[in-house]
Amino acid sequence: MNGTELLKRTPLYAAHLEWGAKMVPFGGWEMPVQYSGILEEHAAVRERVGLFDISHMGEFLVAGPNAERALNDLFTNDISNIAVGQAQYTLMCNDLGGIIDDLIVYRLEPSVYLVIVNAGNIENDFIWMNTHATVSAVIENLSDRFAGLALQGPAASKFFDFSATLPHFHMQRHEVFGKECWVGRTGYTGEDGFELFCEATDAPHLWRMLLGWGEQFGIKPCGLGARDTLRLEMCYPLYGNDITEETSPIEAGLTKFVAFDKKSFVGRDVLIEQKEHGVRRKLMAFKMTEKSPPPRPHYAILAGGRKVGEVTSGTQSPTLGTGIGMGYVEATEAKTGTAIEIEIRNRRYRAVIETKPILKRGP
Amino acid sequence: MNVPKNLRYTKSHEWVRIDGNTAVVGITDHAQDELTDVVYVEVPAVGARVEAGKQCAVVESVKAASDIYAPVSGDVAAVNEELTNAPELLNQDPYGKGWMFTITISEPGEVNELLSPDDYAHHIGA
Repeated sequence: MNGTELLKRTPLYAAHLEWGAKMVPFGGWEMPVQYSGILEEHAAVRERVGLFDISHMGEFLVAGPNAERALNDLFTNDISNIAVGQAQYTLMCNDLGGIIDDLIVYRLEPSVYLVIVNAGNIENDFIWMNTHATVSAVIENLSDRFAGLALQGPAASKFFDFSATLPHFHMQRHEVFGKECWVGRTGYTGEDGFELFCEATDAPHLWRMLLGWGEQFGIKPCGLGARDTLRLEMCYPLYGNDITEETSPIEAGLTKFVAFDKKSFVGRDVLIEQKEHGVRRKLMAFKMTEKSPPPRPHYAILAGGRKVGEVTSGTQSPTLGTGIGMGYVEATEAKTGTAIEIEIRNRRYRAVIETKPILKRGP
Repeated sequence: MNVPKNLRYTKSHEWVRIDGNTAVVGITDHAQDELTDVVYVEVPAVGARVEAGKQCAVVESVKAASDIYAPVSGDVAAVNEELTNAPELLNQDPYGKGWMFTITISEPGEVNELLSPDDYAHHIGA
């Protein structure tokens, strides 16, 4: 993406400037990377509550009597397993099992679905779904008309009366500060929280009201910087870094989101072959075991002095105070507890392969 | 943005305090504000030869690694060991406890090439 003049702005652009955000390009959008600072925003979400603009993400509405079948042939997970009001994490693959996108599907009605896709993939996904749907369904791209706000953190449940009756990974329609929203109890941080989808024109009002009401809980507006450190501590993959069209759900450790018992879906043959015969590389999580610069994408991963892979995501974990990351390594080396090294500016630093998530939570 | 009058500057946002034939080097208030949340600092080794305008240190924030350039040529005389365990000093006190290293100046003429406080303030649009 060259030149900021080509970047899209969310309905909250003016609010971000007003709140002192530093803006950066991301997936074709001009987005806040931070307000008060990544470490402070990260801590707010882990300990209290934070508010994110997720309007850059795409919203598709899929409807019609054959909508379930259409989605089940396009996505790897089995959508017939979720009831009205439930959400499901799923993947969309190409014929070779490469990941086109990772998405959340909410079943709003028996044959109406809300599909949330990654910002950088909106056009691509929309064309793919329309050209690869096996049966007819209405697939509407509402991305420009909808805005999204994510309220994340342990104090998020104190905002709404409906907190007690909206279970994890479910969605309901609610009036929030006078505006109609689809509210999902979902997120990308590892904390309890909500994702609110509303008409674009309602977003600035909701942003202001949520931040105002949240003052009593020490709320902070949060940018993409904290969103990245929060998701990486939980080992949630980031599309474009950890999963791409060149990687499969099996390699990425996302096998449980592939419903092999479904009779047909795009990529099924290759994924079954990979599951039965194994894959050559696997996405693993690691933690530095000595003081080091933060690991970053493309740094080499070594085991026994030999290059066995590359970092796909890395950062300094604000919670643990140490370097963490994920990367693909040769499958034979991808075992928990394996001592590895990360090469940073021609020096090697010790690390160890960890179980996911890297941030272990209490019961 | 704070641009002290007793220092000299580079376009790449290092500050320099000239003390006889020694140059004390750090990053400016503007630089630390842009970088935010410094989490790792890599300083040159004491005794290392550095050359004006060449990369000689690295400052890392959560988001990115940034190269630091030697403002003048010479030998590194001292480094701020405290930054190893407290990299946040660059954010908290960029012109004081956040100093990075000192250089024994080998080309005194290079000092005249450094920016004045007014020129640097203009450079960052302050």
